[in-house]
Amino acid sequence: MTKTMTGADMVVQALKDQGVEVVFGYPGGAVLPIYDAIFQQNDIRHVLVRHEQGAVHMAEGYARSTGKVGVALVTSGPGATNAVTGLVDALMDSIPIVVISGQVPTFMIGTDGFQEADTVGITRPCTKMNWLVKDTANLAETIHQAFHVSRSGRPGPVLIDIPKDVQFATSTYVTKEKIKISHYQPKLKGDIDAITALVELMETAERPILYTGGGVINSGPGASQLLRELAAATDFPVTSTLMGLGAYPASGKNWLGMLGMHGLYEANLAMHGCDLMINIGARFDDRITGRVKDFSPRSKKAHIDIDASSINKVIRVDVPIIGDVGHVLEDLLRVWKSRGRKTNKDGLAKWWKQIDEWRAVKCLSYKNSTTTIKPQYALQRLEALTKGMNRYITTEVGQHQMWAAQFLGFEDPNRWMTSGGLGTMGYGLPASIGVQIAHPDALVINVAGEASWLMNMQEMGTAMQFRAPVKQFILNNERLGMVRQWQELLHGERYSHSWSDALPDFVKLAEAFGCKGIKCSDPKDLDDAIMDMLKYPGPVIFDCLVEKHENCFPMIPSGKPHNEMLLGDADTQGVIGAKGAVLV
Amino acid sequence: MSPLNIKKGSSSHSAYDLRDSNAQAEESHTLAVIVENEPGVLARVIGLFSGRGYNIDSLTVAEVDHTGHLSRITIVTRGTPAVIDQIEAQLSRMVPVHAVHDLTADGPSVQRELALFKVAGKGEARIEALRLAEIFRANVVDSTLESFVFEMTGTPEKIDAFAELMRPLGLREIARTGVAALARGA
Ligand SMILES: Cc1ncc(C[n+]2csc(CCOP(=O)(O)OP(=O)(O)O)c2C)c(N)n1
Ligand SMILES: [Mg+2]
Repeated sequence: MTKTMTGADMVVQALKDQGVEVVFGYPGGAVLPIYDAIFQQNDIRHVLVRHEQGAVHMAEGYARSTGKVGVALVTSGPGATNAVTGLVDALMDSIPIVVISGQVPTFMIGTDGFQEADTVGITRPCTKMNWLVKDTANLAETIHQAFHVSRSGRPGPVLIDIPKDVQFATSTYVTKEKIKISHYQPKLKGDIDAITALVELMETAERPILYTGGGVINSGPGASQLLRELAAATDFPVTSTLMGLGAYPASGKNWLGMLGMHGLYEANLAMHGCDLMINIGARFDDRITGRVKDFSPRSKKAHIDIDASSINKVIRVDVPIIGDVGHVLEDLLRVWKSRGRKTNKDGLAKWWKQIDEWRAVKCLSYKNSTTTIKPQYALQRLEALTKGMNRYITTEVGQHQMWAAQFLGFEDPNRWMTSGGLGTMGYGLPASIGVQIAHPDALVINVAGEASWLMNMQEMGTAMQFRAPVKQFILNNERLGMVRQWQELLHGERYSHSWSDALPDFVKLAEAFGCKGIKCSDPKDLDDAIMDMLKYPGPVIFDCLVEKHENCFPMIPSGKPHNEMLLGDADTQGVIGAKGAVLV
Repeated sequence: MSPLNIKKGSSSHSAYDLRDSNAQAEESHTLAVIVENEPGVLARVIGLFSGRGYNIDSLTVAEVDHTGHLSRITIVTRGTPAVIDQIEAQLSRMVPVHAVHDLTADGPSVQRELALFKVAGKGEARIEALRLAEIFRANVVDSTLESFVFEMTGTPEKIDAFAELMRPLGLREIARTGVAALARGA
């Protein structure tokens, strides 16, 4: 059955056909026809944000916590430019989102019309793919393609720019089954010879490690299940990047904790000292490798990634496997089992003994206080009091983010939403709303720093309007803490502009938004205060005043190899050489 | 099979084609990139090169399959083997890119460029220019009493060589198309 409809109706119809339940957006002149179409239906919910950056981060939070594609709708010009940060954030972290932007009518394009911006030009390097649709006849097909591209292969953000006259004009709607098959069909199965080569290495390795990343989560819950099976069957230790937390459970016996710049001592030393590194859906980011020349110098390296360009980009590997993590792990396990489930038991026993020695260092220990709330303590209490709950965590960017990664445990994938690759301050609050919209009955907490949180605090209005009972747990050190830490270690304690002066009264701010504000500064009151937050049925802004000059350890200073890590009580004077100071 | 001796893929842009990382010398490679002929594709490809700091020595683009809606972009680029591999992988993953062929790595290929040369001069220089043009098999496509426009097709090296010879003889302007290239054989 062919149906004729307006471009605006096509947008809504195509979103429905793609299974979209909710759109995060903000109206304006160039998208009014689409808003009109949204008004006249009840299948798709629209969440009105307060700033388009918020809409995109909400779509990211929604996508990351559900595995579905998130959708944002913005107007032309400023609406589209406000969306740019979110697009790059999603690009860096491989989050599937579709952003629809309005554009001036086709006959005005190029005339510097009111609210005209070259949106496809601006967002071309910020998206996996983008389209300017100049003819209503192509609109439905383009939207279906966009969803296909966004979720296939390495997921990512896409943008569809729709001029206003294209929204008004009518044409025939093309259903998603009717569109021509896209040539874009990334390969899912890994090369079986390469997989066999990896199995051979696994059979003899004395010091193997599974280095997992966001790709495991993007591959779907099945991939996390297979990872767990692999770790249990082989008894190989598991570490993960910031993006991969939850793929392997934090309570799992083989868990070493997060690796990288602020990763755990045992995880980083195991990476440095291993003889077989199996990278599963991670990308050898510079936060992970430290000094590339000295990165895990004695290991053979295998790399499983759906994106061939990730392989040999930073670190040359011995066994490249291009494919989807889930598919490759399935074949890997099958081949390994069929060859007799061999591992080097003696080697592994010695390796675990070594790892246990590293674990005994207790790298996360910190000096607690009876008078001041240490940020680590606050997170330990939050963890203890929310354990076992149906809990989702988002974060902002800074020290609090790293402490959250270190001190909160994730048992399942899709429970941890953080801005990894781009490190976007202002991500966490809108992301938490996106998560809450997807999981209305869950406990959603944004672990925030006061400075990051202020960057998109207007979104509390969205939380209120759409009854998203998100908990904003702000570790308030009145500092741009991570910046201050670097200035302490690198710039002679010259704290140039890293002090947040004139902070708002967060409790009054909460009242102004109509939600609950809680302030806590005494460790003795902390548990009760957290319980108050958890019991309150609506949104909460929790101002947790913490130690102002706490540093986040362990830390591998920029430009240093893994085995030159700083621990909490290390003398941190002059640890980063001039060369390291150039790095970020 | 030894673990590190993985069968090399036939396709040169596969990550299986590992080359010696110690070979740091830059190489020139000619890439043929088959893309969907739609607006913005060229900008996307060029943006990749500028955004990631890769070189473009020459670039040509034209539709080659009208019904299939495909264009062929021929790019001559320079880089270490690792960079060349990255360029190919980065191009290959672009949504509108259908195929990437490394004509330099895949075997012998023919490379041709068309150039127009305007040479102005009188007397001996003029006669010498015409004589050299004959040797290089350049055609005269325009002539006045004081000038010639020569047309020549050849490898970029041949065009460079002819330009060098014309310079002292009154070379005024050159227009070059950039390289078009195809693999030899079927
Ligand atoms: C949009 C943006 N601007 C600047 C930075 C650089 N930056 C990284 S962490 C940080 C300080 C964050 O302060 P806060 O949110 O209070 O967290 P804390 O480190 O104190 O826990 C800054 C400025 C960034 N990551 N993002
Ligand atoms: Mg702070």
